Amino acid sequence: MLQLGVAEPMRECEYSQISTRSSTPMETPYKKRTPKKRKWQAFPGRNKFYCNGRIMMARQTGVFYLTLVLILITSGLFFTFDCPFLSVQLTPAIPVIGGVLFVFVLGTLFRTSFSDPGVLPRATPDEAADLERQIDVANGSSSGYRPPPRTKEVVINGQTVKLKYCFTCKIFRPPRASHCSLCDNCVERFDHHCPWVGNCVGKRNYRFFYMFILSLSFLTIFIFAFVITHVILRSHRQGFLNTLKDTPASVLEVVVCFFSVWSIVGLSGFHTYLISSNQTTNEDIKGSWSSKRGKDNYNPYSHGNIFTNCCAALCGPLPPSLIDRRGFVQSDTPQPTPPTNGITMYGSTQSQSHMAAATPLMQSEPVILTDEASLPGRTSLGGPCSGALPLGGQPTPPTSTPNLSCDNGMLPTRNDHSEAHHHMDGVHHHFLTPEEAPSPPGMLPCGSPLGHSHTIQGFYNPASQDSLHEDSVRGLVKLSSV
Amino acid sequence: EISAPWTFHNLQELRHSASLANKVFLQRDYSDGTTCRFQTKFPSELESRIERPLFEDTVKRLNIYYAEAEKMGGQSYLEGCLACATAYLIFLCMETRYEKVLKKIGRYIQEQNEKIYAPRGLLITDPIERGMRVIEISIYEDRGSSGSCSGSSSTSGSSAR
Repeated sequence: MLQLGVAEPMRECEYSQISTRSSTPMETPYKKRTPKKRKWQAFPGRNKFYCNGRIMMARQTGVFYLTLVLILITSGLFFTFDCPFLSVQLTPAIPVIGGVLFVFVLGTLFRTSFSDPGVLPRATPDEAADLERQIDVANGSSSGYRPPPRTKEVVINGQTVKLKYCFTCKIFRPPRASHCSLCDNCVERFDHHCPWVGNCVGKRNYRFFYMFILSLSFLTIFIFAFVITHVILRSHRQGFLNTLKDTPASVLEVVVCFFSVWSIVGLSGFHTYLISSNQTTNEDIKGSWSSKRGKDNYNPYSHGNIFTNCCAALCGPLPPSLIDRRGFVQSDTPQPTPPTNGITMYGSTQSQSHMAAATPLMQSEPVILTDEASLPGRTSLGGPCSGALPLGGQPTPPTSTPNLSCDNGMLPTRNDHSEAHHHMDGVHHHFLTPEEAPSPPGMLPCGSPLGHSHTIQGFYNPASQDSLHEDSVRGLVKLSSV
Repeated sequence: EISAPWTFHNLQELRHSASLANKVFLQRDYSDGTTCRFQTKFPSELESRIERPLFEDTVKRLNIYYAEAEKMGGQSYLEGCLACATAYLIFLCMETRYEKVLKKIGRYIQEQNEKIYAPRGLLITDPIERGMRVIEISIYEDRGSSGSCSGSSSTSGSSAR
């Protein structure tokens, strides 16, 4: 009966709470009245969930539907118009192989788009407070107006790697992790955010992404080759113009495939290189491990030989999702004592900076009340809160130039903006023009910037403005953790 | 009547009759790359609560389990290739090796909590619930004790008795 001692003042609140509510009989006062919420409903990132949390995608999914439509229409036309002729004239293996490739492409596309890329859940308030304390201890008193940026150095296989502190997620990012500004999540082994698949590409779905582009390359080349064969064979009999009249769809297929082949095959080649050297797109763009940075600069994550790197990336163990989307939100966190020695005990109410003012009041109330009040608050404030912090703290260059964003759907994350820009231009220059052609005119250049317009933060911001943003955000963070 | 701070017999008793005093976080050790390892540094807050070898043994064992989960060897390659060949549909009926090891880790932590940590007023939270970032160790104080508890809880606790 030790509980009574501390709980008595709280008990009164609970009883009065029950009496003012509806008259439905309760089994115990501690059961939640509303149906239990699943964790995906309270997810702080900017993601969309479907099928009760089973499917997870980025917020902007328009381009994904475009990808899907392109693949379906081109393949559909191929199976309807070209395959009957080819299976009779050449071999029925053609539609069979085509069918297998098609199914594989769709399967890997869905797997890439719908799965969790490796999102790191945000720090609990206790963790965040503990880290803050450690950082303050390490920094001592802040010298001057601007405290130094929060980084930790770690030596991995002989290379010094800097771990950065993420202001949104309140964690030190593991090596190779990066914060995606579009999804507002830290993603492990972040490769890039791909609008074409409508999701980030990270540790958990990189192999699916690679399989997707590889199989799509094969499918595109396959369709291209056999449609040309079809047209040629028919032209021998009927003449070219008659052929075009009979199978007008073939022209469309050839055009789509011709322009897709360059970009998709090129992308597959690029990712094959990345896999064999165990780098992410992010690292390659930033030149993190290039020898240009220094003689002793090498990739500490590489296993040494191409074969092992490939096996590790494609056949290695698949880590499970860390965010447990379909789990239920728990409200059984033990009631903490009032804070001593600066220990924060605000439970889930501290997750949003807007809640900071309310927390002293909530502290004395029973656990259930705080959680119930905080949960709806969290979801409603999730938008503006998560929108506000990263915009300030992580100015992102999702590219203000449409070409870059269309370009293989890659979006460099923050840091070294100008370097990324130049590198991208140099490497992917030959993809620019063909890339814009396959889509309906005007749609591609319009679609991408629209999708990213809300996070365009000045691609060419000088470094000083970045740190100013960081400081203002840090100020907010400090206030909220008081 | 006031018993020693750590005479809880099981986890339930711990949760109901103790109050959370502090939490210690063991961070990840990235010196070996991105593989999952936790720092084995013994936190100062636990010095009075648990013997160092016991604690280190727990953390080392957890590190071994995580290394086993992420090990890239014949079995994991086979699993990967088989999964790819079946268009990853096989995961609908079979759980991955990683998941199996995680379950083993969950059981191990539960067992450690019951046998070693709860009797000492400590509780280990499975790292998977913290995004594999930290091993969270909660330190509990007996509500009735006049130890390092905050003033209000100890006075109201004693008044209840």
